[in-house]
Amino acid sequence: MKGFETRFGVLVFPGTWSDQDCYHVLDKVLGQKVEYVWHKETDLSGFDCVILPGGFSYGDYLRPGAIARFSPVMRAVDELASTGKLVYGICNGFQILCEAGLLPGALMRSRHLQYRCQWVNLRVENDSLPFTNKLRKGQVIRIPISHYEGNYYADQRTLDELESNNQVVFRYCTPDGEITDAANPNGSINNIAGVVNRAGNVLGMMPHPERACEVEVGGTDGCLIFESIIGEVTTRAMGCIKPV
Amino acid sequence: MPISKETLDEVALSEDEYNLIVQRLGREPNLVEIGLFGSLWSEHCGYKHSKLLLKMLPHSSPRVLIDPGKENAGAVDIGDGLCIVMKVESHNHPSAIEPYEGAATGVGGIVRDIFTMGARPIALLNSLRFGPLSEPRNRYLFNGVVGGIGGYGNCLGIPDVGGEVYFADTYSANPLVNAMCVGIAEKAKLVSSTAKGAGNLLMLVGADTGRDGLHGASGLASRTFEEERELRPTVQVGNPFLEKLLLEACLELAETDYIVGLQDLGAAGLTSSAIESASKGDSGVVIDVAKVPRREEGMTPYEVMLSESQERMLAIVKKGREDEVRAIFGKYDLRSDIIGYLTDDGIVRIKDGDEVVADVPIAYLTDPPLYKPEGIKPSWIDELQSRNLSGIPDVDGNASSVLLQLLASPNIASKEWIYRQYDHQVMINTLVPPGSDAAVLRVKGTQKGIALVADGNGRYCYLDPYTGGAIAVAEAARNLACSGAEPLAITDCLNFGNPEKPEVYYQLEQCIRGMTEACVKLSVPVISGNVSLYNETRGEPIYPTPVIGMLGLLEDVDCRCTVAFENEGDVVVLIGGGEQTTDVRSGSEYLDLVHGQVAGAPYLDLDLEKRVQQCCLEAIRQDIVNSAHDCSDGGLAVALAESCIAGGIGFVGEWEASGRVDTELFGEGQSRIVLSLSPGKAAELEALAASHNIPIRELGRVKGDRLSIGKRIDLSLADISDAWHNGLERALG
Repeated sequence: MKGFETRFGVLVFPGTWSDQDCYHVLDKVLGQKVEYVWHKETDLSGFDCVILPGGFSYGDYLRPGAIARFSPVMRAVDELASTGKLVYGICNGFQILCEAGLLPGALMRSRHLQYRCQWVNLRVENDSLPFTNKLRKGQVIRIPISHYEGNYYADQRTLDELESNNQVVFRYCTPDGEITDAANPNGSINNIAGVVNRAGNVLGMMPHPERACEVEVGGTDGCLIFESIIGEVTTRAMGCIKPV
Repeated sequence: MPISKETLDEVALSEDEYNLIVQRLGREPNLVEIGLFGSLWSEHCGYKHSKLLLKMLPHSSPRVLIDPGKENAGAVDIGDGLCIVMKVESHNHPSAIEPYEGAATGVGGIVRDIFTMGARPIALLNSLRFGPLSEPRNRYLFNGVVGGIGGYGNCLGIPDVGGEVYFADTYSANPLVNAMCVGIAEKAKLVSSTAKGAGNLLMLVGADTGRDGLHGASGLASRTFEEERELRPTVQVGNPFLEKLLLEACLELAETDYIVGLQDLGAAGLTSSAIESASKGDSGVVIDVAKVPRREEGMTPYEVMLSESQERMLAIVKKGREDEVRAIFGKYDLRSDIIGYLTDDGIVRIKDGDEVVADVPIAYLTDPPLYKPEGIKPSWIDELQSRNLSGIPDVDGNASSVLLQLLASPNIASKEWIYRQYDHQVMINTLVPPGSDAAVLRVKGTQKGIALVADGNGRYCYLDPYTGGAIAVAEAARNLACSGAEPLAITDCLNFGNPEKPEVYYQLEQCIRGMTEACVKLSVPVISGNVSLYNETRGEPIYPTPVIGMLGLLEDVDCRCTVAFENEGDVVVLIGGGEQTTDVRSGSEYLDLVHGQVAGAPYLDLDLEKRVQQCCLEAIRQDIVNSAHDCSDGGLAVALAESCIAGGIGFVGEWEASGRVDTELFGEGQSRIVLSLSPGKAAELEALAASHNIPIRELGRVKGDRLSIGKRIDLSLADISDAWHNGLERALG
């Protein structure tokens, strides 16, 4: 549909720092409509998708995301999610969504007790989501991580639910798509790098797709996720338009 | 009140200096006043022993926007209405005492220097030196420093894109932690630190003031130290989250016209911040310490003025605009308090409520006595330079194992173990990440790129401070040339021992002279910097260690180059080098690592250097070459190995050494660059080399999965990669 733009909101908490990177990619690389949203805002109704970017909200003091979940905007995020609109947490955003209870599980310190910034391989586990419709199951994509607390954990019951409901979206893997311990950069249970909520409209992942959207910075696989979102929103919008 | 000897010691003032103060004031200073003098006349703030020498360095070029020392950092024009702001600063002594916080607050301080000017910080680099990792204490310092840099920088979201790490005995008790920050700003929106306009207000923003860091400038940074435990409270504790809020708020403020100036609080806290700003504007200033928010009770005016609590900024707010400024800080939940105002009488008056506790003409404070003592050439220089190195056994059949040993040496091995702990990608500008000769960042919204490097070599400077100083500049510029960038400017950090010792002063003077010659020859001005003196323990000075942070510009960032060999079949050539009058093994990593010797005479031909760099740069710009790597630590064999590892491809060289094998393979002759190119372009490169009148020599071909050089070296790519990739981690045990 010509001229249609997905309206993205990029949330900015005190201490967020991937906001400008997400903005750059959505605006300059993908040509979408995008706005920053300060964490004290309370209305997100104008957006098709809100992104909770990476960073150290509130310095990650206490626990990553533990303070940001109380920001005024989080109530609006909750409301937006309940209407079926898309919510996408990246890195610190994933941590915030877990702390807020919008996603199951928790992100602990990496098992090697070090911050790691490096490229990793991810295997796509679910390709029928609004976030992954441009990917295919089993596909391996390259995207960087940059975190200390990215070690995903959930109790056995939650984990069984996640697995049986196809809520694990990405797993750390070898370049060939094998799920091995050596390919796991932080000790995440079942090599989990990203999960989606039961309804399929709230995604959280530790890797930074916005850092993999241009050839010159090392890769473009991250675009596939953003393009999936754009495709989904466009499809939904077209479905809403009544025939003349 | 007569001032005791203990008090003078505490603020690091000599009796002569005290007498000068009395003479200037026409009376005895009180305790608060002596604190002001001690801080501002400290080596750290006043550059007593270095100012006269630093004047030698070239400071201007058509691109330089600010005279050095006038603002918190230097700035250079890169066109498109943009400028790059940069500075390097040491945090050596705090890091020796408390490595995590020392290094973290070093990063915090240098970042504030950049955003104080209205520039957004876009890159961090660091130059680190420690004693050997075999010592537990050195491992503790190393781990703490790396942790502190990562902990602070990662939280700020500024990529850490490069630097260097060296290990040598001389730094065992006195590690060097130099942090460099680079920012970008619209030229027209640079913010000054000058406090002008009587009646304008001093607004203190950010953290509350505590007793942390008292005497950091005068005590820690301006003399040697022995008893670390006693000094621990002089190291500040960082709060990077608060810094991030300050950064965003100050950049928002810089977009307005509500302020006349902005100044961070660094060494000597409020004292240097307020007084230096007022001095630049020929203003006077009144400060009421009772209005300064405290984090602990019972602080005296002296303590408030000298506190080095971190994450504080001083905004010089236009009278009547305070509410608007407060609203900006309020958005970020930052505290802001008006603590004083400017006058036009050139006097600093410190009040505690109604009581005046200090009253001193600012000109007295900002004009410390400058010293230029007689330097004496250290006795060891002639001895070490003339030492006969011909008796050292050659590597003979051991060249392969020596190469592996060099590749695994922590001084040469990959620093990935360190930089993977730093976010080097955030802001998505990093096109050439750490690990190449220089980092390359794109400048969004333009076709341009900048290249950044931080480099130094204490061993060369120990053997010959003049030549070593020149090599430091030349090598940094060579690294930029290998990346495809034209050198624009330098920020330098001069790490030396106690300048009151004639031998150390000689080193400082000679080193600056050598740097000056190289800067002039290569047309790179020094736009900012820092001097760290008194780096010694138990009477032993460190190797004289100038660290050169250099900025380069790529007009077209697509014309960038890395060290990685690219294509099977490419020709590999060496440009530069040639005859030199001293042994090329002088001061080499090889001599030190394999034979335990730091000896010989480093050598540099600056005319040749300039031609080699020009040739390399033109070859990259004309798209003749596919890789470029300068020969530095470990010599030619290590350079070839690194290009193989980076490219994941082998090299075959058919030549045999004409003389000594160690000289040929591991000598560290300067002005040499390894290039690879498609065979079809060899004639073009030869013509280019001829036009620059520099030697060019074919070394071999990019080929297969082994590194082989004649009959001397034959190693698998897997083995050299393993040694190089894992050397540092293995040394850490």
